Amino acid sequence: MNVDSIRDGIVIDHISAGSAMKLYHLLGLDSLDVPVAMIINAVSAKRGRKDIIKIDADIPVDLDVIGYVDPGATVNIIREGRLQEKKQIGMPETLVNVLRCKNPRCISSCEQELDQIFRLSDRASKEYRCVWCETRAADL
Amino acid sequence: MNQRSIIDVPDLSPDEINSLMDTAEDIISHPDAYADACHRKKLATLFFEPSTRTRLSFEAAMYELGGNVISVTDALSSSAAKGESVADTVKTVSCYADIIAMRHPKEGAAAVAARNASVPVINAGDGGHCHPTQTLADLLTIRREKGRLNNLTIGLCGDLKFGRTVHSLINAMSRYDGLKFVLVSPEELKLPSYVKNEALKSRNVAYEQTTDLMEVIGSLDILYMTRVQRERFFNEEDYLRLRDSYILTPEKLKHAREDLSVMHPLPRVNEISVAVDEDPRACYFKQVLNGKYMRMALMLMLLGLKRKEDC
Repeated sequence: MNVDSIRDGIVIDHISAGSAMKLYHLLGLDSLDVPVAMIINAVSAKRGRKDIIKIDADIPVDLDVIGYVDPGATVNIIREGRLQEKKQIGMPETLVNVLRCKNPRCISSCEQELDQIFRLSDRASKEYRCVWCETRAADL
Repeated sequence: MNQRSIIDVPDLSPDEINSLMDTAEDIISHPDAYADACHRKKLATLFFEPSTRTRLSFEAAMYELGGNVISVTDALSSSAAKGESVADTVKTVSCYADIIAMRHPKEGAAAVAARNASVPVINAGDGGHCHPTQTLADLLTIRREKGRLNNLTIGLCGDLKFGRTVHSLINAMSRYDGLKFVLVSPEELKLPSYVKNEALKSRNVAYEQTTDLMEVIGSLDILYMTRVQRERFFNEEDYLRLRDSYILTPEKLKHAREDLSVMHPLPRVNEISVAVDEDPRACYFKQVLNGKYMRMALMLMLLGLKRKEDC
Protein backbone atom coordinates (compact mmCIF):
# COMPACT_ATOMS: atom_id res chain seq x y z
CA MET A 1 0.00 0.00 0.00
CA ASN A 2 1.35 3.43 -0.89
CA VAL A 3 0.66 6.70 0.85
CA ASP A 4 2.13 9.83 -0.68
CA SER A 5 5.01 11.58 1.04
CA ILE A 6 4.26 14.82 2.80
CA ARG A 7 6.02 18.12 2.16
CA ASP A 8 5.56 20.04 5.40
CA GLY A 9 4.16 18.16 8.34
CA ILE A 10 4.64 15.44 10.92
CA VAL A 11 5.02 11.68 10.76
CA ILE A 12 4.39 9.78 13.96
CA ASP A 13 6.12 6.48 13.42
CA HIS A 14 6.67 3.24 15.36
CA ILE A 15 3.29 3.42 17.07
CA SER A 16 2.33 0.09 18.61
CA ALA A 17 -0.04 -1.69 16.25
CA GLY A 18 -3.60 -0.86 17.20
CA SER A 19 -2.83 2.40 19.05
CA ALA A 20 -3.08 4.87 16.18
CA MET A 21 -6.80 5.47 16.50
CA LYS A 22 -6.53 6.24 20.22
CA LEU A 23 -3.72 8.67 19.46
CA TYR A 24 -5.73 10.21 16.61
CA HIS A 25 -8.54 11.07 19.01
CA LEU A 26 -6.37 12.14 21.96
CA LEU A 27 -4.36 14.50 19.72
CA GLY A 28 -7.63 16.03 18.54
CA LEU A 29 -6.80 15.29 14.90
CA ASP A 30 -10.43 14.42 14.29
CA SER A 31 -11.39 18.04 14.84
CA LEU A 32 -8.74 19.59 12.56
CA ASP A 33 -9.27 20.47 8.93
CA VAL A 34 -5.98 19.02 7.72
CA PRO A 35 -5.14 15.91 5.71
CA VAL A 36 -4.23 12.98 7.96
CA ALA A 37 -3.26 9.49 6.81
CA MET A 38 -3.31 6.55 9.20
CA ILE A 39 -1.50 3.37 8.32
CA ILE A 40 -2.59 0.49 10.48
CA ASN A 41 -0.65 -2.75 10.86
CA ALA A 42 2.25 -1.77 8.64
CA VAL A 43 5.16 -4.21 8.48
CA SER A 44 7.98 -3.20 10.80
CA ALA A 45 11.46 -4.70 10.86
CA LYS A 46 11.79 -3.90 14.58
CA ARG A 47 8.31 -4.58 15.91
CA GLY A 48 6.70 -6.91 13.44
CA ARG A 49 3.68 -4.63 13.05
CA LYS A 50 3.26 -0.92 13.69
CA ASP A 51 0.93 2.00 13.03
CA ILE A 52 1.92 5.30 11.43
CA ILE A 53 0.15 8.67 11.39
CA LYS A 54 1.05 11.22 8.73
CA ILE A 55 -0.19 14.78 9.21
CA ASP A 56 0.14 16.90 6.10
CA ALA A 57 0.27 20.23 7.90
CA ASP A 58 2.70 22.08 10.10
CA ILE A 59 0.71 21.99 13.33
CA PRO A 60 1.83 21.68 16.95
CA VAL A 61 1.32 18.20 18.43
CA ASP A 62 1.33 17.39 22.13
CA LEU A 63 4.34 15.13 22.62
CA ASP A 64 3.11 14.22 26.12
CA VAL A 65 0.02 12.66 24.59
CA ILE A 66 2.14 10.60 22.22
CA GLY A 67 4.43 9.56 25.07
CA TYR A 68 1.46 8.51 27.18
CA VAL A 69 -0.12 6.39 24.44
CA ASP A 70 3.16 4.90 23.24
CA PRO A 71 6.50 5.99 24.71
CA GLY A 72 8.27 4.05 21.96
CA ALA A 73 6.81 6.16 19.15
CA THR A 74 8.97 8.59 17.20
CA VAL A 75 8.00 11.97 15.79
CA ASN A 76 9.53 13.07 12.49
CA ILE A 77 9.25 16.71 11.50
CA ILE A 78 9.21 17.11 7.72
CA ARG A 79 10.12 20.39 6.02
CA GLU A 80 10.11 20.80 2.24
CA GLY A 81 9.92 17.07 1.82
CA ARG A 82 12.97 16.34 3.97
CA LEU A 83 13.38 15.01 7.48
CA GLN A 84 14.30 18.03 9.56
CA GLU A 85 14.11 16.57 13.06
CA LYS A 86 13.48 13.17 14.66
CA LYS A 87 12.23 13.06 18.24
CA GLN A 88 12.25 10.02 20.52
CA ILE A 89 9.31 10.18 22.89
CA GLY A 90 9.48 8.88 26.46
CA MET A 91 6.83 8.65 29.14
CA PRO A 92 5.91 12.15 30.33
CA GLU A 93 6.03 12.87 34.07
CA THR A 94 2.74 14.74 33.95
CA LEU A 95 -0.26 14.91 31.65
CA VAL A 96 -2.20 18.15 31.66
CA ASN A 97 -5.71 18.11 30.24
CA VAL A 98 -5.12 14.89 28.32
CA LEU A 99 -7.18 12.54 30.48
CA ARG A 100 -10.25 13.29 32.55
CA CYS A 101 -10.55 11.97 36.08
CA LYS A 102 -13.77 10.03 36.21
CA ASN A 103 -13.88 9.74 39.99
CA PRO A 104 -17.18 11.50 40.76
CA ARG A 105 -15.82 12.48 44.17
CA CYS A 106 -12.77 14.28 42.68
CA ILE A 107 -12.64 18.06 43.00
CA SER A 108 -11.79 18.23 39.29
CA SER A 109 -15.35 17.11 38.54
CA CYS A 110 -16.75 20.44 39.73
CA GLU A 111 -14.05 23.08 40.28
CA GLN A 112 -14.17 25.83 37.66
CA GLU A 113 -11.34 25.68 35.09
CA LEU A 114 -9.27 23.30 37.18
CA ASP A 115 -6.68 21.53 35.04
CA GLN A 116 -6.97 17.76 34.79
CA ILE A 117 -3.47 16.74 35.85
CA PHE A 118 -2.17 13.20 36.04
CA ARG A 119 1.29 12.32 37.36
CA LEU A 120 3.35 9.24 36.48
CA SER A 121 3.28 7.25 39.74
CA ASP A 122 4.89 4.02 38.58
CA ARG A 123 7.08 3.93 35.48
CA ALA A 124 7.32 0.14 35.36
CA SER A 125 3.57 -0.35 35.14
CA LYS A 126 2.96 2.94 33.24
CA GLU A 127 0.60 4.00 36.00
CA TYR A 128 -0.69 7.56 36.14
CA ARG A 129 -2.68 9.05 39.01
CA CYS A 130 -4.83 12.14 39.28
CA VAL A 131 -2.87 14.71 41.30
CA TRP A 132 -6.04 15.83 43.05
CA CYS A 133 -7.64 12.59 44.24
CA GLU A 134 -4.90 10.04 43.38
CA THR A 135 -7.27 7.86 41.36
CA ARG A 136 -5.38 5.71 38.88
CA ALA A 137 -5.83 6.48 35.18
CA ALA A 138 -6.04 2.72 34.63
CA ASP A 139 -9.12 2.65 36.82
CA LEU A 140 -10.95 5.23 34.75
CA MET B 1 1.04 27.89 46.87
CA ASN B 2 2.52 30.80 48.74
CA GLN B 3 2.72 29.26 52.19
CA ARG B 4 3.44 25.80 53.43
CA SER B 5 0.31 23.73 53.75
CA ILE B 6 -0.41 20.23 55.01
CA ILE B 7 -2.55 18.14 52.71
CA ASP B 8 -1.37 14.67 53.71
CA VAL B 9 0.96 13.17 56.28
CA PRO B 10 3.83 12.61 53.80
CA ASP B 11 4.01 16.41 53.49
CA LEU B 12 5.79 16.16 56.85
CA SER B 13 9.20 14.51 57.26
CA PRO B 14 9.65 11.92 60.04
CA ASP B 15 11.76 14.49 61.92
CA GLU B 16 8.98 17.07 61.66
CA ILE B 17 6.42 14.57 62.91
CA ASN B 18 8.66 13.76 65.88
CA SER B 19 9.10 17.46 66.52
CA LEU B 20 5.32 17.99 66.41
CA MET B 21 4.81 15.17 68.91
CA ASP B 22 7.50 16.69 71.17
CA THR B 23 5.73 20.06 70.97
CA ALA B 24 2.38 18.41 71.76
CA GLU B 25 3.88 16.73 74.81
CA ASP B 26 5.37 20.05 75.89
CA ILE B 27 1.97 21.72 75.50
CA ILE B 28 0.46 19.01 77.71
CA SER B 29 3.16 19.58 80.34
CA HIS B 30 3.37 23.38 80.11
CA PRO B 31 0.07 24.80 78.82
CA ASP B 32 0.80 28.26 80.20
CA ALA B 33 3.84 28.58 77.96
CA TYR B 34 1.53 28.39 74.94
CA ALA B 35 -1.46 30.33 76.23
CA ASP B 36 -0.67 33.43 74.15
CA ALA B 37 1.45 31.88 71.42
CA CYS B 38 -1.15 32.74 68.75
CA HIS B 39 -2.14 36.13 70.12
CA ARG B 40 -3.81 38.22 67.38
CA LYS B 41 -3.83 35.27 64.97
CA LYS B 42 -7.03 34.09 63.31
CA LEU B 43 -7.91 30.58 62.24
CA ALA B 44 -10.63 30.18 59.59
CA THR B 45 -12.43 26.86 59.80
CA LEU B 46 -14.12 26.11 56.48
CA PHE B 47 -16.25 23.02 56.84
CA PHE B 48 -18.22 22.12 53.74
CA GLU B 49 -19.12 18.71 55.14
CA PRO B 50 -20.65 17.86 58.53
CA SER B 51 -18.10 17.54 61.32
CA THR B 52 -18.34 18.07 65.02
CA ARG B 53 -15.15 16.70 66.42
CA THR B 54 -12.56 17.95 63.98
CA ARG B 55 -13.96 21.48 63.74
CA LEU B 56 -14.29 21.84 67.50
CA SER B 57 -10.81 20.40 67.95
CA PHE B 58 -9.28 22.99 65.62
CA GLU B 59 -11.24 25.79 67.22
CA ALA B 60 -10.39 24.68 70.76
CA ALA B 61 -6.75 24.35 69.72
CA MET B 62 -6.61 27.92 68.42
CA TYR B 63 -8.41 29.34 71.47
CA GLU B 64 -6.00 27.53 73.79
CA LEU B 65 -3.13 29.13 71.89
CA GLY B 66 -4.63 32.56 72.54
CA GLY B 67 -5.87 33.13 69.01
CA ASN B 68 -9.28 33.68 67.46
CA VAL B 69 -11.50 31.72 65.11
CA ILE B 70 -13.74 32.67 62.21
CA SER B 71 -15.90 29.93 60.83
CA VAL B 72 -17.99 28.56 57.99
CA THR B 73 -19.90 25.68 59.45
CA ASP B 74 -22.86 25.23 57.19
CA ALA B 75 -22.20 24.63 53.53
CA LEU B 76 -25.83 25.30 52.69
CA SER B 77 -25.51 28.90 53.81
CA SER B 78 -22.05 29.49 52.36
CA SER B 79 -20.85 30.87 49.08
CA ALA B 80 -20.08 27.33 47.92
CA ALA B 81 -23.82 26.73 47.77
CA LYS B 82 -23.99 29.60 45.28
CA GLY B 83 -21.42 27.87 43.13
CA GLU B 84 -18.24 29.63 44.20
CA SER B 85 -15.09 27.64 43.48
CA VAL B 86 -12.78 26.40 46.21
CA ALA B 87 -10.03 28.56 44.70
CA ASP B 88 -12.08 31.76 44.99
CA THR B 89 -13.29 30.87 48.47
CA VAL B 90 -9.79 30.43 49.91
CA LYS B 91 -8.43 33.49 48.10
CA THR B 92 -11.15 35.47 49.83
CA VAL B 93 -10.66 33.85 53.23
CA SER B 94 -6.90 34.41 52.99
CA CYS B 95 -7.72 38.12 53.26
CA TYR B 96 -9.33 37.56 56.66
CA ALA B 97 -7.38 34.77 58.36
CA ASP B 98 -3.79 33.78 59.11
CA ILE B 99 -4.37 30.06 58.66
CA ILE B 100 -7.17 27.89 57.24
CA ALA B 101 -8.46 24.48 58.30
CA MET B 102 -10.73 23.08 55.61
CA ARG B 103 -12.97 20.05 55.27
CA HIS B 104 -14.61 19.41 51.92
CA PRO B 105 -16.53 16.47 50.49
CA LYS B 106 -14.53 16.44 47.25
CA GLU B 107 -11.23 14.55 47.11
CA GLY B 108 -8.36 16.87 46.28
CA ALA B 109 -10.19 20.00 47.42
CA ALA B 110 -7.53 20.73 50.03
CA ALA B 111 -4.79 20.60 47.41
CA VAL B 112 -6.71 23.10 45.30
CA ALA B 113 -7.12 25.30 48.37
CA ALA B 114 -3.41 25.10 49.18
CA ARG B 115 -2.48 26.17 45.64
CA ASN B 116 -4.68 29.22 45.81
CA ALA B 117 -4.52 30.43 49.41
CA SER B 118 -1.93 32.95 50.51
CA VAL B 119 -1.97 31.56 54.06
CA PRO B 120 -1.26 27.98 55.24
CA VAL B 121 -4.03 25.46 54.66
CA ILE B 122 -4.52 22.39 56.82
CA ASN B 123 -6.56 19.60 55.30
CA ALA B 124 -9.22 18.68 57.84
CA GLY B 125 -10.52 15.94 55.55
CA ASP B 126 -11.18 15.92 51.80
CA GLY B 127 -13.83 13.31 51.14
CA GLY B 128 -12.45 9.82 51.43
CA HIS B 129 -8.96 10.97 50.50
CA CYS B 130 -6.82 12.32 53.37
CA HIS B 131 -7.26 13.40 56.97
CA PRO B 132 -3.72 14.11 58.17
CA THR B 133 -4.49 15.62 61.56
CA GLN B 134 -6.38 12.47 62.54
CA THR B 135 -3.26 10.50 61.72
CA LEU B 136 -1.10 12.89 63.74
CA ALA B 137 -3.50 12.33 66.68
CA ASP B 138 -3.16 8.57 66.18
CA LEU B 139 0.63 8.73 66.13
CA LEU B 140 0.78 10.76 69.34
CA THR B 141 -1.68 8.37 70.98
CA ILE B 142 0.40 5.34 70.04
CA ARG B 143 3.59 7.01 71.25
CA ARG B 144 2.01 8.05 74.54
CA GLU B 145 0.36 4.68 75.13
CA LYS B 146 3.20 2.43 74.01
CA GLY B 147 6.23 4.68 74.49
CA ARG B 148 7.36 3.92 70.95
CA LEU B 149 6.27 3.84 67.31
CA ASN B 150 8.33 0.79 66.29
CA ASN B 151 8.16 -2.95 67.04
CA LEU B 152 4.38 -3.11 67.30
CA THR B 153 1.67 -5.43 65.99
CA ILE B 154 -1.17 -3.20 64.84
CA GLY B 155 -4.59 -4.60 64.04
CA LEU B 156 -6.84 -2.54 61.78
CA CYS B 157 -10.44 -3.67 61.81
CA GLY B 158 -13.58 -2.76 59.87
CA ASP B 159 -13.77 -0.68 56.72
CA LEU B 160 -10.25 -0.82 55.32
CA LYS B 161 -11.40 0.02 51.80
CA PHE B 162 -12.94 3.45 52.24
CA GLY B 163 -11.41 4.27 55.65
CA ARG B 164 -9.09 7.19 54.92
CA THR B 165 -7.74 7.19 58.48
CA VAL B 166 -6.60 3.61 58.03
CA HIS B 167 -4.80 4.33 54.75
CA SER B 168 -3.14 7.37 56.21
CA LEU B 169 -2.11 5.59 59.42
CA ILE B 170 -0.62 2.67 57.48
CA ASN B 171 1.32 5.10 55.28
CA ALA B 172 2.63 7.03 58.25
CA MET B 173 3.44 4.04 60.46
CA SER B 174 5.12 2.03 57.72
CA ARG B 175 8.08 4.41 58.00
CA TYR B 176 8.97 2.81 61.36
CA ASP B 177 10.86 -0.45 61.92
CA GLY B 178 9.64 -3.76 63.25
CA LEU B 179 5.96 -3.29 62.58
CA LYS B 180 3.39 -5.88 61.62
CA PHE B 181 -0.08 -4.93 60.38
CA VAL B 182 -3.01 -7.30 60.82
CA LEU B 183 -5.80 -6.30 58.42
CA VAL B 184 -9.23 -7.48 59.58
CA SER B 185 -12.17 -6.77 57.29
CA PRO B 186 -14.99 -8.36 55.31
CA GLU B 187 -13.99 -9.32 51.78
CA GLU B 188 -15.85 -6.33 50.33
CA LEU B 189 -13.98 -3.82 52.48
CA LYS B 190 -10.41 -5.10 52.16
CA LEU B 191 -7.49 -2.69 52.00
CA PRO B 192 -7.06 -1.49 48.37
CA SER B 193 -4.15 -3.11 46.58
CA TYR B 194 -2.50 0.22 45.82
CA VAL B 195 -2.22 1.00 49.54
CA LYS B 196 -0.77 -2.46 50.14
CA ASN B 197 1.70 -2.04 47.29
CA GLU B 198 2.85 1.46 48.12
CA ALA B 199 2.91 1.37 51.90
CA LEU B 200 3.53 -2.26 52.79
CA LYS B 201 5.01 -4.33 49.97
CA SER B 202 7.38 -1.66 48.66
CA ARG B 203 8.73 -1.08 52.17
CA ASN B 204 8.84 -4.77 53.12
CA VAL B 205 6.44 -4.25 56.00
CA ALA B 206 4.96 -7.47 57.41
CA TYR B 207 1.18 -7.86 57.19
CA GLU B 208 -1.55 -10.47 57.21
CA GLN B 209 -5.17 -10.29 56.13
CA THR B 210 -8.07 -12.05 57.77
CA THR B 211 -11.83 -11.81 58.13
CA ASP B 212 -11.80 -13.21 61.68
CA LEU B 213 -10.98 -10.73 64.45
CA MET B 214 -11.00 -13.37 67.18
CA GLU B 215 -8.35 -15.37 65.37
CA VAL B 216 -5.82 -12.55 65.80
CA ILE B 217 -6.97 -10.38 68.71
CA GLY B 218 -4.60 -12.05 71.17
CA SER B 219 -1.54 -11.09 69.11
CA LEU B 220 -2.19 -7.35 68.94
CA ASP B 221 -0.49 -4.41 70.68
CA ILE B 222 -3.00 -2.01 69.13
CA LEU B 223 -6.49 -2.62 67.80
CA TYR B 224 -7.64 0.25 65.58
CA MET B 225 -11.39 -0.06 65.00
CA THR B 226 -13.13 1.85 62.20
CA ARG B 227 -16.67 2.77 61.33
CA VAL B 228 -18.33 1.63 58.13
CA GLN B 229 -19.27 5.06 56.79
CA ARG B 230 -22.63 5.52 55.14
CA GLU B 231 -21.41 8.52 53.13
CA ARG B 232 -18.77 6.45 51.31
CA PHE B 233 -21.36 4.08 49.79
CA PHE B 234 -23.40 4.73 46.67
CA ASN B 235 -25.66 1.83 47.57
CA GLU B 236 -27.63 1.86 50.85
CA GLU B 237 -28.09 -1.91 50.75
CA ASP B 238 -24.35 -2.53 50.75
CA TYR B 239 -23.93 -0.15 53.66
CA LEU B 240 -26.58 -1.87 55.76
CA ARG B 241 -25.21 -5.32 54.99
CA LEU B 242 -21.65 -4.45 56.04
CA ARG B 243 -22.33 -1.99 58.85
CA ASP B 244 -22.33 -4.51 61.67
CA SER B 245 -19.49 -6.73 60.47
CA TYR B 246 -17.40 -6.33 63.62
CA ILE B 247 -18.57 -5.18 67.03
CA LEU B 248 -16.00 -5.07 69.82
CA THR B 249 -17.42 -6.21 73.16
CA PRO B 250 -15.97 -6.83 76.65
CA GLU B 251 -16.30 -10.58 75.96
CA LYS B 252 -14.10 -10.33 72.88
CA LEU B 253 -11.59 -8.22 74.79
CA LYS B 254 -11.13 -11.05 77.30
CA HIS B 255 -9.07 -12.77 74.60
CA ALA B 256 -6.82 -9.74 74.08
CA ARG B 257 -3.61 -8.79 75.84
CA GLU B 258 -3.72 -6.81 79.05
CA ASP B 259 -1.63 -4.08 77.46
CA LEU B 260 -3.69 -3.80 74.27
CA SER B 261 -4.66 -0.27 73.25
CA VAL B 262 -8.06 0.04 71.56
CA MET B 263 -8.24 3.03 69.22
CA HIS B 264 -10.98 4.46 67.00
CA PRO B 265 -11.06 7.72 65.00
CA LEU B 266 -14.67 8.32 66.15
CA PRO B 267 -17.52 8.84 65.80
CA ARG B 268 -18.52 5.26 66.40
CA VAL B 269 -21.93 3.97 65.43
CA ASN B 270 -22.02 0.60 67.14
CA GLU B 271 -18.71 -1.05 66.28
CA ILE B 272 -17.46 -0.68 69.86
CA SER B 273 -19.85 -1.59 72.64
CA VAL B 274 -20.33 1.24 75.15
CA ALA B 275 -19.32 -1.20 77.92
CA VAL B 276 -15.79 -1.23 76.45
CA ASP B 277 -15.42 2.45 77.41
CA GLU B 278 -14.84 1.38 81.02
CA ASP B 279 -11.99 -0.90 80.04
CA PRO B 280 -8.59 0.72 80.73
CA ARG B 281 -7.46 -0.47 77.31
CA ALA B 282 -9.93 1.90 75.59
CA CYS B 283 -7.93 4.87 74.25
CA TYR B 284 -10.33 6.51 71.80
CA PHE B 285 -11.25 9.47 73.94
CA LYS B 286 -7.57 10.04 74.69
CA GLN B 287 -7.12 10.12 70.91
CA VAL B 288 -9.59 13.00 70.74
CA LEU B 289 -7.59 14.98 73.28
CA ASN B 290 -4.30 14.13 71.62
CA GLY B 291 -5.77 15.38 68.35
CA LYS B 292 -6.27 18.82 69.84
CA TYR B 293 -2.66 18.96 71.06
CA MET B 294 -1.30 17.86 67.69
CA ARG B 295 -3.43 20.48 65.91
CA MET B 296 -2.03 23.09 68.29
CA ALA B 297 1.50 21.91 67.50
CA LEU B 298 0.81 21.91 63.77
CA MET B 299 -0.65 25.41 63.72
CA LEU B 300 2.34 26.71 65.69
CA MET B 301 4.71 25.12 63.20
CA LEU B 302 2.90 26.48 60.13
CA LEU B 303 2.64 29.96 61.64
CA GLY B 304 6.30 29.88 62.73
CA LEU B 305 5.40 30.54 66.37
CA LYS B 306 7.00 29.24 69.55
CA ARG B 307 6.28 28.87 73.26
CA LYS B 308 7.07 31.48 75.87
CA GLU B 309 10.49 30.52 77.22
CA ASP B 310 10.09 31.52 80.86
CA CYS B 311 7.18 29.17 81.68
